[in-house]
Amino acid sequence: MAEEIVNPEPSRRNFLNWFLSTSAGAFLLAVFYPVSRYLIPPQMAESSTGSVTLALKPDDVKANTGQIFKFANRPAILVRTAGGELRAFSAVCTHLNCTVQYRGDIGHIWCACHNGHFDLNGKNIAGPPPRPLDAFVVNVRSNQIVVSRSA
Amino acid sequence: MAVDSTKPRGKLWTWLDERVGLADLEKLAKKKQIPVHRHMVWYYLGGMTLFLFVVQVLSGILLLLYYRPSAEEAYESVQFLMAEVQFGWLVRSIHAWSANLMIFTLFVHLFSVLMLKAYRRPREITWFSGMGLLGLALGFGFTGYLLPWNELAFFATKVGTEIPGVIPLVGPFFRRLLRGGDEVTGATLTRFYGIHVAILPALTALALGLHLFMVQKHGMSTPPGVERRGGEKRVMPFFPNFFLRDLVGWLSAVAALAALAAYFPVELGQKADLFQPAPIGIKPEWYFMFMFQTLKYLPAEILGIEGEILGVLGFGLGGLFLLVVPFLDRRTARGEPSQLFAWVGVGIIIYIVVLTYLGYTVSPTK
Repeated sequence: MAEEIVNPEPSRRNFLNWFLSTSAGAFLLAVFYPVSRYLIPPQMAESSTGSVTLALKPDDVKANTGQIFKFANRPAILVRTAGGELRAFSAVCTHLNCTVQYRGDIGHIWCACHNGHFDLNGKNIAGPPPRPLDAFVVNVRSNQIVVSRSA
Repeated sequence: MAVDSTKPRGKLWTWLDERVGLADLEKLAKKKQIPVHRHMVWYYLGGMTLFLFVVQVLSGILLLLYYRPSAEEAYESVQFLMAEVQFGWLVRSIHAWSANLMIFTLFVHLFSVLMLKAYRRPREITWFSGMGLLGLALGFGFTGYLLPWNELAFFATKVGTEIPGVIPLVGPFFRRLLRGGDEVTGATLTRFYGIHVAILPALTALALGLHLFMVQKHGMSTPPGVERRGGEKRVMPFFPNFFLRDLVGWLSAVAALAALAAYFPVELGQKADLFQPAPIGIKPEWYFMFMFQTLKYLPAEILGIEGEILGVLGFGLGGLFLLVVPFLDRRTARGEPSQLFAWVGVGIIIYIVVLTYLGYTVSPTK
């Protein structure tokens, strides 16, 4: 206590330093917190679409071809196998997100970006993709194609 | 050659000198000297990169007057610029070609500095700021590529923004931050536009200012090999001797740019369609090609880790290695010959050249 009376300077300086640095810190926080929150895009509600009725008629899709369609804001692919069966998968390559396509010449699904191959069950069979494509359920009801998420 | 500083000057010169200190500037310009030796041709690359950057700023400002940064209008505004606006095709072609030449001269500059060991003490900060400028230039290239909103750019951006997404933990957050959402959409285009025309230019001004200040402060580095050989040190004044030579280089660059832009105007391609498959033969800009091609060759899994994670990690470590080379290369720091780092430099150059070559020659469907 006596020390303070003898030499009051350091404690006043300490107080001012503390006061200035916390003020500066609070100021920076008040600037950078809103800016950093601002930079993060708001979370959009995930589309909960469980099924989609395609504009395509079953006859539009020839054997050994594929068509891209929109499923819950993401591309999906409808394939008619050489055997005539309709199958649908997510068209988003599991490697780096490109949109895949059906190649009639090799008879399976292929991604042009990094040469990834998927068989007609969506399984990754060659190239860099690490996982199979998500498979959807295809139902044909009175000349309409309905694609839905597998249960 | 030297101007006699005691000779009488005109009234305007004196008026300006009193206010801005022209005499000090003149003294500074006269003081700067350039070492003369057989490797000095590499000294022109930095100035060439700077010149092309100035071309980028000017042509970019012109493009801003017509470009509209939204998914609905971007492609159409570039189409309008190319087809309707007088010399619109020329301005856009110059911007695109100059960007490519700038990245090229920047790479040559970087590797010449690496091979001539100009990063050694006391120029570490020059090296760091230069590496920062490399990152910024690649950022400019990556963000600018998307702006015309065409098919190739769309998928290149999808892949390019997915790559940081594979980094464990922080990846998905960083990807969202880059894309302005979970997918590449119009929000990404608007965000890339802001990054391309405001954020990167501001950061570049800072890094470039630091870089040029350090170059000015330390002067040109004489390669250690030339220093060790000893003998008489020859120099030439920067102003006007070296500057005039620089100017010849810049004029040649303008001529090359004009020829490239006129004979090979850049194309626009198809408008991006979010519901089309990635086109066959999709490729990124050539300076990302070696990384792109590497990712093609990596299998899905290496030792239980996803191949792409290893690839991304590898390139990250490679970049980090280049960044800290001034601290790793102890032999050069001690003034001894450093064969190892010369060979590492050669190795990196060969890797980039070979993978880039394969990227353009291997059939995309194989």
